[in-house]
Amino acid sequence: MTEGGRPASIPLAAWAQNVETFVAQNALPDDPTPVPLNTLPLDDWHRRHGARMVPFAGYSMPVQYDLSGDLADRCRGGVMAEHLHTRRAAGLFDVSHMGQAFLTGTGVADALERLVPADIAGLKPGRQRYTMLTNEAGGIIDDLLVTKLADNRLFLVVNASRKEVDFRHLAANLPEDIQVEPQEDRALLALQGPAAAAVVGRLSPEAAMLPFLGFTTVRIFDILCHVSRLGYTGEDGFEISVPVGDVEELADTLVAHPEVVPIGLGARDSLRLEAGLCLYGNDLDELTSPIEAGLTWTIGKRRKLSWDFPGGSLMRDQLDHGATRIRVGIRPDGRAPARAQTTIVAADGTEAGTVTSGGFGPSLNAPIAMGYVRRDLAADGTKLSLIVRGKTIPATVVPLPFVPHRYVR
Amino acid sequence: MASKSADKRFTKDHEWVVLDGDIATVGITDHAQEQLGDLVHVELPALERSVAEGEACAVVESVKAASDVYSPLAGKVVEINETIVEDPSIVNSDAEGEGWFFRIELDDPEAFEALLDQDAYDEYLETL
Repeated sequence: MTEGGRPASIPLAAWAQNVETFVAQNALPDDPTPVPLNTLPLDDWHRRHGARMVPFAGYSMPVQYDLSGDLADRCRGGVMAEHLHTRRAAGLFDVSHMGQAFLTGTGVADALERLVPADIAGLKPGRQRYTMLTNEAGGIIDDLLVTKLADNRLFLVVNASRKEVDFRHLAANLPEDIQVEPQEDRALLALQGPAAAAVVGRLSPEAAMLPFLGFTTVRIFDILCHVSRLGYTGEDGFEISVPVGDVEELADTLVAHPEVVPIGLGARDSLRLEAGLCLYGNDLDELTSPIEAGLTWTIGKRRKLSWDFPGGSLMRDQLDHGATRIRVGIRPDGRAPARAQTTIVAADGTEAGTVTSGGFGPSLNAPIAMGYVRRDLAADGTKLSLIVRGKTIPATVVPLPFVPHRYVR
Repeated sequence: MASKSADKRFTKDHEWVVLDGDIATVGITDHAQEQLGDLVHVELPALERSVAEGEACAVVESVKAASDVYSPLAGKVVEINETIVEDPSIVNSDAEGEGWFFRIELDDPEAFEALLDQDAYDEYLETL
């Protein structure tokens, strides 16, 4: 859980002068945005397409677009329209801020299993898993995607805000003969939405055939692309890793298709929240375990025989005896969003927990939130109260995700 | 949409005010709604509430964040625009018209003259 102290609202003047404020608030409290900001390889491209740039995780990032020309005919831009466009057609997200790395060496899968709860050794080449680097206290250092490229080579994608921590942790804790190779010269684009497969299929029929959590390397025109079938919106989609020098051509190629418009961080956040997906720093942190976070499913069956990963015995204990707090979905009554840090109160007036991600779900046209509540209050249908700007708002515990996933099967 | 008006005044907090007798109509400027983006929720002050100049008395929320709206002048709230509570997008489409927030009976109608006029507000926007 992150530390409190954020005001419930900020002056309008602060907004108008500095629309960035809200995303800066989403950064980790212990991770002040460095100055100067890193720029994305597509920085100019975003600005040409009408992006409003904001600082996030040390990068200047597009938060939303004021689209023009052909793109404006497809989507008027703005968080709401970009969100709905992604659910209806396809959205292009620049996620080049995320950390990419290869891990190379004999026995690399077994070596990484010393640091994560997932079954990595059992992954077939060309398949991927969502997992976490955990600490001895059972907390989460970061959540990440691991791809097996070959028996001696893995590909990792980690959070931007955590990449330095992660790569240092990996280098310090993997055997010396395992090489950690950060890929600073690679960009990452995500194409998400029900039309994503059709668009990718026109460029690479092979990539469009990928199963969910499948990986392949293809050429799109002359660009060597590492393509994954996954995403952070709950929709079918792809992430495409390319050399920095090729990313603009790929972005232009993708938005040339009539289904595609660029989508900013604002909609990326509302899409992932509707999909019930965790944001590191909000919903996950070093004091929160995968059991509390509802991510027990990421612990490999074989790994549950020995619990031989950092924090494993603590996690087993939490599973056996029940975690004291659990991540749940929350639907506030009315239209007022309950933001992260909002206090949750039980029906009997006792403290119940804290909202960790909250906002407005454009697809539901209603406020939605996720938070951690006491175990006895975690059942679906439990009535809670949220304290928003001093007022008590009734709310209900609901199942996650808020919007059903539409991953390819 | 916003029309240039000689008797419309502004604050550096991006509220606008129109005066009719001693009744002031208050809203947020087109610039403010543009910066905020899609509004999803508006909270207005209670009727009869006395508000001080500069007092936070309404809230606007976009998809991602909440912002306070301040009363540009002191007075008593005599009317609120329930329509924007039901459909906050009206503030995005017509911030300085149909998207007004509330009306206050001013304690001192002359205080209106001290607010920024359109030219002064436009100049202020240039400095941001």
